[in-house]
Order: sequence, then structure tokens, then C-alpha cells
Amino acid sequence: MSAHATPRGTRKPKFQARSISLHAVALVLSAFVIVPLLFALIGGFKDTVQLSDNPFGPPSPWVPENYTDVLLSGSFWRQILNSVFIALATTLIVVAFSAMAAFVFARFAFRGREFLYTLFTVGLMFPFTVAILPLFVLLRTMGLLDNPLGVILPQAAFGLPMTIIILRSFFRGVPRELEEAATMDGCTAFGFFWRILLPMARPALATVSVLAIVASWNNFFLPLVIFNDPNWWTIPLGVQQFYGQYSSQTAKILAYVVLAMVPALAFYSVAERQLIGGLTAGATKG
Amino acid sequence: MTITLFILPALVLFGLLVLVPIAVAGYTSLFKWNGLGGLPTNFIGLDNFTRMFGDEVFRGDLWRGLVLIVLSLVIQLPLALGIAMLLNQKMRGRAVYRMLFFAPYMLSEVITGVLFTMILSPDLGLANQVLRAIGLGAFEAEWLGDPSTVLLALFVVMTWKYFGFHMILYLAGRQGIPKEIGEAASIDGATAWEQFRYVTLPLLGPTIRISVFLSVIGAIQLFDLVWVLTSGGPIHSSETMAVTMFQSGFKRSQVGYASAVSVVMFIISLVFAIGYQRFVMRRDTEGAITTMRDAR
Repeated sequence: MSAHATPRGTRKPKFQARSISLHAVALVLSAFVIVPLLFALIGGFKDTVQLSDNPFGPPSPWVPENYTDVLLSGSFWRQILNSVFIALATTLIVVAFSAMAAFVFARFAFRGREFLYTLFTVGLMFPFTVAILPLFVLLRTMGLLDNPLGVILPQAAFGLPMTIIILRSFFRGVPRELEEAATMDGCTAFGFFWRILLPMARPALATVSVLAIVASWNNFFLPLVIFNDPNWWTIPLGVQQFYGQYSSQTAKILAYVVLAMVPALAFYSVAERQLIGGLTAGATKG
Repeated sequence: MTITLFILPALVLFGLLVLVPIAVAGYTSLFKWNGLGGLPTNFIGLDNFTRMFGDEVFRGDLWRGLVLIVLSLVIQLPLALGIAMLLNQKMRGRAVYRMLFFAPYMLSEVITGVLFTMILSPDLGLANQVLRAIGLGAFEAEWLGDPSTVLLALFVVMTWKYFGFHMILYLAGRQGIPKEIGEAASIDGATAWEQFRYVTLPLLGPTIRISVFLSVIGAIQLFDLVWVLTSGGPIHSSETMAVTMFQSGFKRSQVGYASAVSVVMFIISLVFAIGYQRFVMRRDTEGAITTMRDAR
């Protein structure tokens, strides 16, 4: 190298080295994340012998039966359907109830408001795990075992705190003048809520709905104790059960796991913005 | 009138299915009860709690919980923070990386658990096969089947699943810091490290405190992943409080004892949450991460 290297000349390789090392770190971590997923995806196309003799190479021959067997089985689709139904019903209830409560918390002054609101926010600390046992006893008394309502209602109840907090902070941001104008034009409180506030809150409603759907979709503990009847099993229960049933047939299980991932990942790719916005906002707790 | 009508549905649902169960757990924890038939009658005072704290398994739960918390705070969160800083740089493909790192968080604990049971299985598992292939066969292990490795394996799976979530929090927090502050520091001659240490890190404080909070609360109540991976075994060496609760309440019909475990779990979470908010997060007023506005 010449002694006349300009500052620019020396900086450039340094910059490149830095950029390469950045990529190196990112790539190593990507491998950590993606290798297990690829192992499952490709392993699903092998049979047990191939998995032990040829763990890294591509399948030879490809064995699509693991996948097609699952796709042609009624129980897999039944589980998907159950998960979809329960997620949608949960979301509908939690968002409707929360929107109404958040509206009151955001725009009315009344005695006990702070107490009630605090009660809900403390609820953030109550996950299923703590309450599951008495919840089970209670739902059994109410005859809600092996009944989708036994999962839907508690999920909605436990989703209330987060949903109310997010919606309340959104509703508070709506200018007061808007409400005054609506009232002057003869709008009732409900009319304002229904015709003006909710349509305005569409982005916030989308965010909380996405969070509720994901939470319901992945819920395992509650369906585990509520559903004995395979006809009501959701996807997580189905995966666990399938694993128990075929525990020695690794390739079959890998195929099932991969197929069970698809809806969640597809949903993520569609709703990424709402999801991440909601999670990061939820972590702030207005 | 409107107020009552609007708030009632949420309040009834919340009261009936969240508050009442917690109260019921407190009540039944004072009884010896198999969970069947009406209300418990065999009142035994605090015996369940005495038994619990005398039980090696439960004391082990507390210890293992602590280990997982420390590992998370010392390894997982710094890793997430580092990656967030990395992805905050201008680099090609960073949107892809971000999406990829976050993807495991989207998968349910059950799917993650079953997947890693396969990967960590002694014979066909990917982990051991990789070790054999690169000549490190000596390090092969039973992973989930060996009491000395199971907690570490569990922690690796937790990291795989959750670091992307913390990374997303840090990224959001980082983007809330105005560029000008960093530029000002760099004009004043701060190196990249100094900028991070004295500008970025303090300003990320609120985000970090929340991420620590979520991580600790999550570890206290960990169930799904452990249940699928090991059911708490071998010989209780990966058991958590929630698993103990589930085992005694649903598998052994010791509902009174299991209630006592949930009460302790609840009290630990509550004391931690209140103490943490009181002493650690008090400086963070509303909107520590301001992304609710940014996200739109």
C-alpha cells in the first residue's frame, strides 16, 4: 500500500470489514433460528431410516406420505377449524366488551373509575397458570367442560386487561371537540361510540384483535384441561396428542409440526404490522 | 346508566372468571381436598404451605426458576439487545432478519416443544448428529433425558423462542430515540461504544426494564414449554412451580395442595410486580416505548 493512502482509502476497507462481521453475526443467529425449522421441513419428507443414516442430505427418495397423510386426515382439519372458531369467538367477545369498557374509562368521570381501572390493570399479572385450577373447578360446576365456551369465555376474560389498556389510551387521544360537536348534533353517548369512535379506532381495533387471535391460537393450558373430547381439540392439543401417539415415528411428527406451523406463520406475514405494533405498545401499559 | 351498561359485561366476565378463581384458590389452599363434590370441608389451616416449603421438589422449583431467570437476564436479553442494535444499522436484508428472528415467537409453545424434542432426541436428533458429524461426538448428550443437561437444553429452547420478542421491544425502543442525540454525541467525539454505553443504553432504560419484567414474570409462570419437552423430568430436574401445581392438582387430585402452589406463585408474581414497579420502573412515566403512535 502506498504511504499516501487517503483517509477515505483507509476507511473503506474498514467499513467493509465491519459490515462483513455484522452480517456474520446475523447469519450465525439466522442459522440458529432456521436450522431447526429446516430440519423439520426436510425431515418430514424422509422416513425413519433416512433420518438416522442421512440426517443432513436431501431426502432420497422423497417421502411425501408423511405430509399427505396429515392433509388427508379429517382430524387435522377439524383441529384447524376448532382453533379458528375459538380464536374468532374469543376475539369478538374480548374486543366488544373491552371497547365498551375502555370507552367509559376514557371519556366519563365517575366515582370508582380509577379503582376499577386499576383492578383491570392488575389483572395483567394473572395468567391462566395461576387461576387454572379453580377455573377448572368452576367451569366443571357450570357444566362447561368439553364445551367451547369453557375455553372462549376464560380466554376473553383474561384478554380484557391488555385490550382495555390499549383501547383506552387510543380513545383518550380522540379530541374532546369531536364529541361535543356530535352531542350538539343530537348524538347520544352510544351513537358517538358506535358511529364515530369505533370507525375512527379501526387501527387500534385491528391491533388488539390480532393480539387476541394469536393468544387464543397458541393457548395450550386451558384447552388441555377443558377438552377431553378429541372433537374439540385445537391445534396445540392435536400436535401434543399426535406426538404422544406416534412418538417413535419422528418423520411423521415433523410433518405434522410443520403443517401446524403454517397457519401461524401465514397469519404473521399478513398481520406483522398490527402484531408488532400491539406487542410493543402493550409492553408500555399506558 | 350508560356507564353501568357499558362496563358491566367486562366487569362480570372479569370478576367471574379471573377474580373469583383467584379468591377460590386462596380459600381451597387451606383445605385437604381432592376437588370432588361441592366445597371442601377438611380444613387444615396452613398445612399445605408448611408441606410445600418442606418439600424438596417445590424448593427445587424455586431454585430452578431462579436459574432460568438469571440465565435469561444474563444471556438472552443481552443477546436480544445486541441483535437489536445490529439490526438498527443500515444493512442489507435487515427486514428479512427481523422477520426471521421474530418468527419463533409466533409458534405455539407446543409446536416449539415437540420440534425440539425431536431435535434433542439422543439418536435421531439433529443436535447429536451435528456433534457427531463435526467430530465432537464426545459432547453428545441425552439433553432432555439427563438431569445435568436438561435445564440448559430448556434454556436454549426458551432463547430460541423468546429472544426475537425482546429484540422487537428493543428495536421499537431504539427507534424512539431521536437521531440527533447520537449525532451530537458523535460530533463531541464519542466512539461507537461510548455512544451506546452513555447515550443509547440509558435512553433505552424504560424498554429494558419492561423487557426484564416480562422475562421474569414469564419464567415464574412457565408451563407449556416444560410440560411438552419434559413434563418436569427426569426426576423433577426441570420441574417448575406451574408443573408441580398441574401434577398435584390434575394428576394426583391434591387440589388443596395444588391451590396452595398457585397461591404462592401468585404472591411471588404480585410481590415482584409491585416491588418492581415501585422501585425500578417508577421513573418511567406513561409511554416508555412510544410505538403505539409510531406504529401507525
